[in-house]
Parts: sequence; C-alpha cells; structure tokens
Amino acid sequence: MTHPLRGRTAIIGIGSFGCGEAPGWSATELMAQSAMLALEDAGIPLSMVDGVFAATAHHAFPTMTLAEHLGLKPRYFDGTNVGGSSFEHHLLSAALALEANLCEVALICYGSNQRSAGGRLQPISEPQPWEAPYRPRMPVSAYALAASRHMYEFGTTREMLAEVAVAARAWANLNPAAFMHGKPLAVEEVLRSRMVSDPLTVLDCCLVTDGGGACVMVRADRARDAPNPPAYLLSAAAANWHRSIAAMPELTVTAAAESGPRAFAMAGLTQADVDLVMLYDAFTINTILFLEDLGFCPKGEGGRFVQEGHIAPGGDLAVNTNGGGLSCVHPGMYGMFLILEAVTQLRRQAGARQVAECDVALLHGNGGTLSSQVTALLGTAATL
Amino acid sequence: MADTAPDRTPPVGPEARFRAFLKEGRFMLQRSCSTGRHVFPPRVALPGTGETDLEWVEASGRGTVHATTVNRGREGDRNIAIIELDEGSRMMSRVEGIPPEAVRIGMKVRARIAVEDGAEIVLFDPVEGEAS
Repeated sequence: MTHPLRGRTAIIGIGSFGCGEAPGWSATELMAQSAMLALEDAGIPLSMVDGVFAATAHHAFPTMTLAEHLGLKPRYFDGTNVGGSSFEHHLLSAALALEANLCEVALICYGSNQRSAGGRLQPISEPQPWEAPYRPRMPVSAYALAASRHMYEFGTTREMLAEVAVAARAWANLNPAAFMHGKPLAVEEVLRSRMVSDPLTVLDCCLVTDGGGACVMVRADRARDAPNPPAYLLSAAAANWHRSIAAMPELTVTAAAESGPRAFAMAGLTQADVDLVMLYDAFTINTILFLEDLGFCPKGEGGRFVQEGHIAPGGDLAVNTNGGGLSCVHPGMYGMFLILEAVTQLRRQAGARQVAECDVALLHGNGGTLSSQVTALLGTAATL
Repeated sequence: MADTAPDRTPPVGPEARFRAFLKEGRFMLQRSCSTGRHVFPPRVALPGTGETDLEWVEASGRGTVHATTVNRGREGDRNIAIIELDEGSRMMSRVEGIPPEAVRIGMKVRARIAVEDGAEIVLFDPVEGEAS
C-alpha cells in the first residue's frame, strides 16, 4: 500500500547565497537572502509564505527571526534543531503540515556566517557534562573515536578514509560553485596533511565556510504549475539513539540503519532504484558509515567500497556530487545543501556533474555526533 | 506543584550525588536492584526500561579502551578515549601515564580520581604490563 505522504508534496524552489565567504553578511541576512532566491525560483510571492521552518547554530529562535526579517506572519512554524539533519527533518514536518492544510507554502531555511565571524565551527551552546572535563575537540574527536573503532573492527585504513575526501574533491572540481573547485587532491596529500584528531587529518574534516540555503515546498497539486520540474518528497524518516558519542550504542552502527530502511519502505523503493546518494560528510568516516548503514554495502565494507574511485565521478555510485561538506560548502549545519544538490540533479540542472537519468535521490542528514539521523527520498514526476 | 513523591525524592539529583561521591574519593555507579544493570552517566531511571530501583555501588575501576584518539593542539597532544567499564557502561575519559598515541583499543585500564580545574574527574591508567 502506498504511504499516505508519498509524493503528496514537492520542492518547487531552491536558493542559496553567500556560500564560501560572505564577509559583511549576518547569518540572518544569508538565510533571508537565500529564502528570497528560493521564492523567486519557485515563482511564489513572499506574501504567500505561511509556513516557516528553520534551524541554525546562531539563533535560539530562527523562525521568529526570519519571519520578522521578511515580514512574514506564519500560521505554522517549526524550529526543531537536531543539528545538521534538521532540514531533512523539516521536510517531513513540512509535508505533514501541508498535507493537513495547516499551511500552503512552506519555506525551509538556513544561514551561517561562521567562516567570516570567527573561522571555527559555531558551537551549539549545550554543555556536555560527561565530556567537557576531558576537553575533547568537538565534534571532530567524536568522529575520530568512531573511526578508530571502525579501523579496529573492520580493518578500515587511513587510505580508505582519504579516498572519500579525494572523491568529494573530484566532484567539486566539476562544480564551479564548490569552495574547493580547481584544487585537485590526491590520497597522499590527505595522509600527509596536519593531524587534527587521530586518525583524521584536516583534509578528513569538512570545510568551514559561510552560506545560506532555502527551499520552498507545496502540495503536489500546486507543484504542477511551478516554473521548474518539481522534486517530489517520496519519503522521510528520522531515528535518534544517543546524544554524546560515549553513549552511542555501537560506535560503528549509526541510527541511519533504522532511518534508512523506514525511508525506503515509505517510498516503496530499494537501494537499486537510487540514482544519486547525498550523505552528510562532515568527516570522511561519515560517508563510509552511512553507505553501510543505508544498505549500499555490507557493514564493515564501506572502506573497501569507496576505493578505486567507486563513488567519484565515473564510478558506479554517484555520491555527494556537489563536492559535499568536505569540498563544496559547510557553514556548520550542512543538511540544507543536501536538499539543494538533490533538487538540482533531479531538475537536470547540474551541468558537468549531472548524473544521467537522475530520477531518485537519497538524502541523509546527520546531526550532533553521529546522533540524529534523517533519511529522505526525492523523485521526479517519473517516480510517482 | 507538589512533588509527586516527596518521601522518596533524594535531596539532590543523581549527577550532584555522583560528583559528591567523587569529592569523597569514591567512584560510584548506579545499579538497578532488580535487573543488576549498571548505569553511567547517572540517571533518574534505567534507560530504556525505566526501573527506578537504582542504588549506588562502588565501581570496580577496571575497564577496557573501547575507542581512542589523540587531540593535536597548540597546548600539546592529549588522549581522548571511550572506556568500557567492567560493569558494562561506557564513559569518555583520558588514558594517561603513556604517550597518547600508545593507547590502544583493547588495552586494560584502571580508574583514578584526579582534580582538574577545581573539580574531581575520573581518569584511567594502563594496567601494569599493558604499556609495553
């Protein structure tokens, strides 16, 4: 039986602004400017927005701030912050609100000026009493601990981790908008770069950039009139097993192992149907863990799966075609940009990096320290 | 609103109790009387199943390195590890007494209480013979 939410809503507008370096722009302005561009792309006037969804590391109340800045009076809003996976969660939340007629036009937004504001990942101000006394460097130490365990259990090597960064860079070199466009990268270079938290070097870590992103979502009946081909939400599913890395049930198994199967079931699709895989690659170990947990390879085989350019341009599986958080953009909560790249690919607007016959895209958002996991599937009209 | 269980409510929460024990030089864990399961970090109920019959028991102090990393920073290199206690719970800590990169997964370690920034914390040292 078809799930009642499958294909009932669609993303009809996307926008991003200030990706890379945007000195002189506030986080709120980057978010608002992205929203304006997404509305223009959707052909929807600002005055019609009545649903606002947002999360940032800069705002305690991002929906209030955005609504005030743009003069919106939303009748439905959701500022749920589950870290970088917030925006995949907002897709689900917006779909529910739209289907229940609680709003007509949903705007999902993000903005951050972390690079220009300080050049470090903007910390979420939530002290972790059982971690802080040991002064770990978060979030990188958490991911390094998971990587150490993956290497111990499955024989994953630093070279395999480096392959993830190299594949991301190769995609970025096909994307003129990527921050690291035009800077080729080799495995050796990743291995030789500065160690941050063993086994992760600075090139195993995501970028620290500025940037805003937004998308506009409506019910499928309205989506048909949009200027661009709609990207239909086929499914979304969330799972959360822990907050602190020491409380993660198994360091080598994320809750994507739960959100993934639920997302596939809701969409009535399998891994074989997926043309594009967009994974939240805050660190190189993420891509390996999520490929395993989402069923693209067996548990423990992720490191070997990414070798020999398997997920790079020309490989068997198109993963993170924008260049990812590793080489395209990462203003702190990257999940928004997974959506933007998936929609661009489904519209066949991705230029040199366009995935052939791209009809089904999987997005996987990650928040906290491998904590909140949200998987979504988007599809073209051909998938309805 | 009135406390729903005034008679059974201890004067402080489990986190404060744990820290008070540490100040007395005792590394204590909660244990559920009915299930025998140990709990760390301290909680108001057994996670997942909700048993509230938690009592405080002395930790054995024995554990195994479950995961390890070295923080490389301006202030020097520092170990960060996840230790699996013999009682089954895991905690973040540091293994000291050997170079941070010499800490290995599977290494047997023993707890000790140290004071840092004016507060008691649990650190670990390799058990004799493990450092070689």
